[in-house]
Amino acid sequence: MKSKPTGEIKKNTMAYDKFTVLKSTGVPLPIENIDTDQIIPARFLKATERVGFGDNLFRDWRYNADNTPKKDFVLNDSTYSGKILVGGKNFGSGSSREHAAWAVYDYGFRCVVSSFFADIFKNNCLNIGVLPVQVSAEFADKIFAAIIADPKTELEINLPAQTITLLATGEKETFDISHYKKDNMINGFDDIDYLQSIKTEIQEFADNLPL
Amino acid sequence: MSKTLFDKVWDTHVVRKIEGGPDVLFIDRHLIHEVTSPVAFLGLKSRGIKVLYPERTFATADHNTPTINQHLPVADPLSANQLKALETNSNEYGISYWGLGHQKNGIVHVVGPEYGITQPGATIVCGDSHTSTHGAFGAIAFGIGTSEVEMVLATQCIMQPKPKKMRINVNGKLGLGVTPKDVALYIISKLTTSGATGYFVEYAGDVFENMSMEGRMTVCNLSIEMGARGGMIAPDETTINYVKGREFSPKGEAWDKALAYYKTLKTDADAVFDKELTFKAADIEPMITYGTNPGMGMGISHDIPDAAHVEGGAATYEKSLNYMGFQEGDSMIGKQVDFVFVGSCTNGRIEDFRAFTSLVKGKHKADNVTAWLVPGSHTVEAQIKEEGLLDILNEAGFTLRQPGCSACLAMNDDKVPAGKYAVSTSNRNFEGRQGPGARTMLASPLVAAAAAVTGVVTDPRTLIEELV
Repeated sequence: MKSKPTGEIKKNTMAYDKFTVLKSTGVPLPIENIDTDQIIPARFLKATERVGFGDNLFRDWRYNADNTPKKDFVLNDSTYSGKILVGGKNFGSGSSREHAAWAVYDYGFRCVVSSFFADIFKNNCLNIGVLPVQVSAEFADKIFAAIIADPKTELEINLPAQTITLLATGEKETFDISHYKKDNMINGFDDIDYLQSIKTEIQEFADNLPL
Repeated sequence: MSKTLFDKVWDTHVVRKIEGGPDVLFIDRHLIHEVTSPVAFLGLKSRGIKVLYPERTFATADHNTPTINQHLPVADPLSANQLKALETNSNEYGISYWGLGHQKNGIVHVVGPEYGITQPGATIVCGDSHTSTHGAFGAIAFGIGTSEVEMVLATQCIMQPKPKKMRINVNGKLGLGVTPKDVALYIISKLTTSGATGYFVEYAGDVFENMSMEGRMTVCNLSIEMGARGGMIAPDETTINYVKGREFSPKGEAWDKALAYYKTLKTDADAVFDKELTFKAADIEPMITYGTNPGMGMGISHDIPDAAHVEGGAATYEKSLNYMGFQEGDSMIGKQVDFVFVGSCTNGRIEDFRAFTSLVKGKHKADNVTAWLVPGSHTVEAQIKEEGLLDILNEAGFTLRQPGCSACLAMNDDKVPAGKYAVSTSNRNFEGRQGPGARTMLASPLVAAAAAVTGVVTDPRTLIEELV
């Protein structure tokens, strides 16, 4: 296993907004197993550029077949707004489409809170600057209850401290994120700069593979 | 130290470990398609980076492609544009491109193994969650996002934390009419749609040892449907016989070297898994799903369970059954069927069409059913014809479409209309997956065949017994 550093790691691309502390109201979506086909249906994956995906976020839950808004869906309810989406357990299951994370970002969310995330969706979020915050099932229930009781209630996500706080009561939890990804999000870096900086090491490695 | 199959392949490909972060993992083979690659190429362009190893990436068009009249220009301008982008990008960066009409064109997870791109002990990624299919060969194969597609193009590496390890054992003899699809749907129904999240699965036991490569691909394909990043099966003689001599398989001395490597690819006797589960083959029936995620499956002769007997919230369960138009306690047998879809990276291989044909032979398609039979590739299509299956299918009132992902995700025109019921051999029964408002019941090619000829959900065993 190679672990020697090969020179200075060059990281200079601002891949997305820096994320440090986010204070915002939240939008509750207390449904379990929300899959990426709900977040963005496949028929809206035909773009060749990363633009406009927010318009089709939760398309079939948000709009009727005739494109009129469904009144009972939370994104069409002006009571709720904010940069934090609070979803039910197992958020983002299914397809690997990064378009789902793009749609969440493009709509204006910077953070998704859930008691459990599907792996690929979580990875995709971290790669594009949406912070996935996994909380306990109990804390998720508290957040849902607090937002529904008072839609103006605010949450604070503190990435450097790795905490999420219900500001009205001060109740908080810590959340996990790898040191590497945390550093990337705080600074707005992405992985390609890192990988580019170790290219020689990668090429040497490739020359010695069994296949 | 004792290692699992997964450890061996993973550790062989770690370029560097980052403290407090992911591993830098080298990727042997990269598959791309039209939907998840264009933004990755844009990223390369804006950074002014070349593809580091273009010979390690293979492009095929599948998600958007029509399944009739493929010789004509693609009618939908957005699809046409996306397909064109794949062609242009592949040509510009020197990547093998198998577009519409190309003899090697087909579903990415069907053509990869067919042409020997898929190799035991390799790391394989694609911007598609069903990349787990290739684990059938003892490869580490998993789906990635577009940012990661760009990383692989640029550096042939991605950055991944090493997942936990799970082994799922199934032993015994499978019953009449029970196929690899049923084994997978059974496991998922036991684990739920998120039960293997965070894990990489190894399937072991004589049920998998006795399975064909096609069957193993079906099982590994569905690993993602229980949340696992991937699933794998140790390579054996069946695997080696399949791989040997294919176009992109190693040849000559390289083959000997590869063979020596393949033979090391098994879990050591005393290796430890983070989680281990064992099921009995005899407990598995032909399966069908009744809800809106693949974990909501059951033996076809069972009744839809009460909310009290399923994991998770009652509200979510009720929403799901409402969408399907089903009720707790309903029997699935006799349920309305409007569409039958046979195809996809899950069940679009020759064995699947053999199974379907064996059951519809001498019968006739029910008048109320629209059947879409979509081979996974041109190779599968040609085999269906060569083996005489097409004649049998035609006689029974079925026609064959051209290869592609088709109604599995309904990005092309193959959409199940709102409110209609489809028995599908694909992989996802999510709301709207096969078209807005479409209602999907996932099942094996045999269950699909039974539905296609009777016009309702039918236990295929009743028809097989007739034949015997």
